[in-house]
Amino acid sequence: MKLRIDVVKTQGNFTLQTTAAVEGRRIGIFGQSGCGKSTLVHLISGLLQPDRGEIMLDDLTLFSSEKHISLPPEQRRIAIVFQQAMLFPHLGVKANLLYGYKRCAHAERRITPEAIIKVLQLEPLLNRGVNRLSGGEKQRVALGRAVLSNPRLLLMDEPLSALDDALRFQIIPYLKSVSAEFGIPYLFISHSVLEMQLMTDRILVMQDGKITEETSADQLARKRMAGSQTGYINLLTLRNPILENGLYSYPWGTGNLLISDGQQEKSSLFELTSRDIILFKQHPEAISARNLLKCTVRELFRSDGRVGVVLSVNNDTLIAEIVRSAAEELDITEGSTLFAAIKASSFKRLN
Amino acid sequence: MLSLAPADIEAILLSLKVAITATVISLPLGFATAWLMVFRSFRGKVLLEVLVNLPLTLPPVVIGYFLLLLLGRNGWAGKFLDAWGIHLVFTWKAAVIASATVGFPLLVRSIRLGMESIDRQLMQASRSLGAHWFDTLMTVVLPLSVKGILAGSSLMFARSLGEFGATIIVAGNIPGLTQTIPLAIYDYASSPSSTMMALSLCIVSVAISVSVLFMHEMLGRNLERKESL
Repeated sequence: MKLRIDVVKTQGNFTLQTTAAVEGRRIGIFGQSGCGKSTLVHLISGLLQPDRGEIMLDDLTLFSSEKHISLPPEQRRIAIVFQQAMLFPHLGVKANLLYGYKRCAHAERRITPEAIIKVLQLEPLLNRGVNRLSGGEKQRVALGRAVLSNPRLLLMDEPLSALDDALRFQIIPYLKSVSAEFGIPYLFISHSVLEMQLMTDRILVMQDGKITEETSADQLARKRMAGSQTGYINLLTLRNPILENGLYSYPWGTGNLLISDGQQEKSSLFELTSRDIILFKQHPEAISARNLLKCTVRELFRSDGRVGVVLSVNNDTLIAEIVRSAAEELDITEGSTLFAAIKASSFKRLN
Repeated sequence: MLSLAPADIEAILLSLKVAITATVISLPLGFATAWLMVFRSFRGKVLLEVLVNLPLTLPPVVIGYFLLLLLGRNGWAGKFLDAWGIHLVFTWKAAVIASATVGFPLLVRSIRLGMESIDRQLMQASRSLGAHWFDTLMTVVLPLSVKGILAGSSLMFARSLGEFGATIIVAGNIPGLTQTIPLAIYDYASSPSSTMMALSLCIVSVAISVSVLFMHEMLGRNLERKESL
């Protein structure tokens, strides 16, 4: 999917003026509240008209003030998953799911209701009224409804913001799997770096109504490490644990990671903040942390007053965060060897 | 005991016919007007608001007089209709127009209230799922405005049943032709010997109004029950 935007839109005191061209299947739009992310979503979907400019999706002109083209939303085939599920309250789950499907031309119907019901596990919900669904169930139905309209592009406008952490990480695999399974490119809009890391490859960063940079999820997380409350979030997908003395032992690097919040599932996703990794120049004699890893410094990067240390063990990597003076004191350079201590309780299971 | 003369029965039936017709013909226009006011921005919106609400503040007799001027043989609309062989003044149809004009603001207000409570994102979701604006209007806005439509229709129906001032001016008070319940009561009230007849019609009037309110309440509850399923 190739998206090219060059638009100006003024609403009251706020002006969105931006130029961007991005290509990929999993694109993020990142920015704080009020930076114009939702306005951009409305402009791309046709719910708002730019004052002037051009929006192209692949070879299709969605809007062009010069050529006097403005496709109405129903002709753009760009479905939106909103922050709130926005299910039609007067329709049941099934009718909601089929709303877009029925309005999609027969020739465009690639994805069938049966397939989406299976992937999103919606079968038990089909005969329920939408007012009797939980928040996560509602969002799954909303996602199914959007995908069933067989869109060219899926706009996810902060679809996880209204959900609590537990539900959020239940929904993420569904969001990823529908896009991967049915080959629908998406624009994922969020102000969460973690969501960007989980959901996107390329990211457009927005600030004050402008797209200020194009970056990757990892670069974004590195850049925001010092300013973020949680530091850099290391995401680890770990498999096949063994329960040892009340701790789960997962194979990682050349050895194992001991984690208290594990589970006997084949695969689990964990987050570990860069601030929970303590670095030692030499092997400490005795420490309470259950994980002591001998690592090689692969790379160092700056983030405001902090230093990010990319540690590698075999082919696996972790990013630790230290203040600049600590980096100088430890004399850390690329290629040097360090010991990283991590408490077993510092790993937070996300799914 | 109820004491109803054949002319009274005719007045009751005519009242019902006028109120039902006025409500039914006003509904599409009331829905469209409410939609314009809630969801569209255009020049002259304030003027439309004033015009729609004007009958609420004007004395019904004034409305009736304006309608008489408009629909009379020498009136602007009257001349046009006359050319097509249509004569409205002093017919039951004029009573319908009078009732519709007076009750219209009540209908629009109720539908507006219903529409204003619809989350705009539902309409945006509908459009982005491939629905044309009219499709969205019919499949999202209309069903979600049902409560407002129901309340507005009940109000309008009740207001039409009680309409007097505008009706007597534009439709007259012709027994069997344009005499509705309030006009018949007015006739009886002018004669001291007809107290029982007037009272009987009052009781019928109360019974019809109570039935309308009761039906409105029942339908409303039914809708709420469906929503909670």
